[in-house]
Amino acid sequence: MTSEQTSTTRAAPDTGSPKRTRLPYYPGCTLKTTGKGLEDSALAVAETLGVELVELPRWNCCGVVTSLTDDDLMRHIAPIRNMVRVQEVSDAGLVDDKRVVTLCSMCFNALKWSNARIVGDAEDLKSLNDFMYLEEDYRGDAEVVHFLEILKELDPEAIAEQVKTPLGELNVAPYYGCTLLRPKSIGIDDPEDPTIQQELLEIMGATVIDNPYKTVCCGSYQTVQDKYAVAELTHGILSHARAAGAEAVTTFCPLCAFNLDNRQREVLEKHPDFEPMPVFYFTQLMAVAFGLNPKCCRFDLNHTDPRPLLRGKGLMKEGA
Amino acid sequence: MSESKTMMEKISESTRSLTTGVDTRDVEHWVTIYIMGRGYSVPADLTIMTAMEFAGYKLIRSCGCRQGFCGACATIFRREGQYKLESALACQTRVEDGMCLVQIPFSPAEAAYYDIAAESYDYSVFSKHYPEVARCVSCNTCTKACPQDLEVMDYIQSAIKGDFESLAEQSFDCIQCGLCALRCPAEIVQYNVGHLGRRMFGRYGSPEPEHLKTRLAEMERGEFSSVLDALVGASTEKLKELYAARVRESDE
Ligand code: SF4
Ligand code: SF4
Ligand code: FES
Repeated sequence: MTSEQTSTTRAAPDTGSPKRTRLPYYPGCTLKTTGKGLEDSALAVAETLGVELVELPRWNCCGVVTSLTDDDLMRHIAPIRNMVRVQEVSDAGLVDDKRVVTLCSMCFNALKWSNARIVGDAEDLKSLNDFMYLEEDYRGDAEVVHFLEILKELDPEAIAEQVKTPLGELNVAPYYGCTLLRPKSIGIDDPEDPTIQQELLEIMGATVIDNPYKTVCCGSYQTVQDKYAVAELTHGILSHARAAGAEAVTTFCPLCAFNLDNRQREVLEKHPDFEPMPVFYFTQLMAVAFGLNPKCCRFDLNHTDPRPLLRGKGLMKEGA
Repeated sequence: MSESKTMMEKISESTRSLTTGVDTRDVEHWVTIYIMGRGYSVPADLTIMTAMEFAGYKLIRSCGCRQGFCGACATIFRREGQYKLESALACQTRVEDGMCLVQIPFSPAEAAYYDIAAESYDYSVFSKHYPEVARCVSCNTCTKACPQDLEVMDYIQSAIKGDFESLAEQSFDCIQCGLCALRCPAEIVQYNVGHLGRRMFGRYGSPEPEHLKTRLAEMERGEFSSVLDALVGASTEKLKELYAARVRESDE
């Protein structure tokens, strides 16, 4: 089912009614720990836009990486159990949509890919339902979407209305990495030349710096094995963004954020002339543009402190 | 009563099982169980624990409170004709015909040593001491094994999320029987993770109770020293007397 077939979220701003659209929401483990800056800012942004994200009860780990082995069904239990939770809240009438919203790109990828893989194979779906005999059978009709897709469905005017502090002179390079885009069947945008972040950043008045490194892999879990290999990728991605005129990059992935932000320490060890660059969660910048309480951005958790840059551009008050 | 015992009563008493108090002639219903592969005929209304004793086993391990509280009597069994391995507390579960069972003497699980005052109150305490929690595949096998009917998988997921409060709440009734850990494909020691989480929550997450502060201060001031010294110095006779005369909470 494509998003065209479900129109429940689209109606939100233009009915003029105060009723919020309730969407099931899957946070994921990282958003409850190191990725708090993503969750808190996204929830505040969603609320401002009249979208209520209802956290799934009893959600578990997303499964992290989709197993591509044919008979490795064990690795699909975690994602599919979460889909059972989506079905539960939907059946109970606690939400208005069967599409579960994700924020973390990794969770998005793992849940959507696994859901497609299992729902596409009736026998495997039955095996998993049989194994999870304490749960209701999953009927396979819930879907996984990313928050960016929900933003894109909203009326651009309605988003623009909320912009209280246009991002003005801030030069931002959107970064996508892999998991929002690949494989193509799962991705939310053109895997070669995505523009979804750019369109939204422009509504917020930012100067968008496009550059081909936006889809280069950040090194992902290699960061555990070999942090210097990842630091080289970080160096490449950020240096190209800088050369193109960017002062900061945006991401939706806590792992990309870790590699691009925290690994700047290792980049500096190898390249002492490297100029550190703030890495924003996309929704942190939206919260700034909407003039929301900066507390929801949890900038204290960013490695390279973005506040001096924001203050320098007049986007954040001194002392905030 | 003992003087008026008839000969028949004396004979009947001698056939009573010493450990279970069962008179075989009173028993109408019998079942056959298999203990470590060998069959025994036992009265149908015994628990697994008393049935094993009836069969002649003397339990010096895997047996503690006999009340479903200590978690010492973890047992794995299979019902006749079933492929499933099930688990239960031997002291709380009735035998069934055809049950094939074995008691688990103890689970040799690793427990972390830590100075709770030196730990940081966030999710990292779990990745530091029990990094294997990250391997949970959400199979829920632990929950199915738990004789306390706890949502074991959910409390492990709470640990991964760093949610101490729900971890403490959900694992509160854990009796550390070890069955979850024995069944977990990810080799997680759930009950020790729960223990760490509850201790952390107790220390950092919940407010210090007022009455505890007051009582500690009283102790520091030595308000109970004389009572305690008197007890330590008392004779055995005096102690017995005091014990018999004690006021229990339930008497008040
Ligand atoms: S959580 Fe594990 S150790 Fe605790 S009671 Fe349940 S099965 Fe036993
Ligand atoms: S048995 Fe182990 S892997 Fe399965 S849900 Fe429980 S903790 Fe996770
Ligand atoms: S003997 Fe203590 S729980 Fe069974």
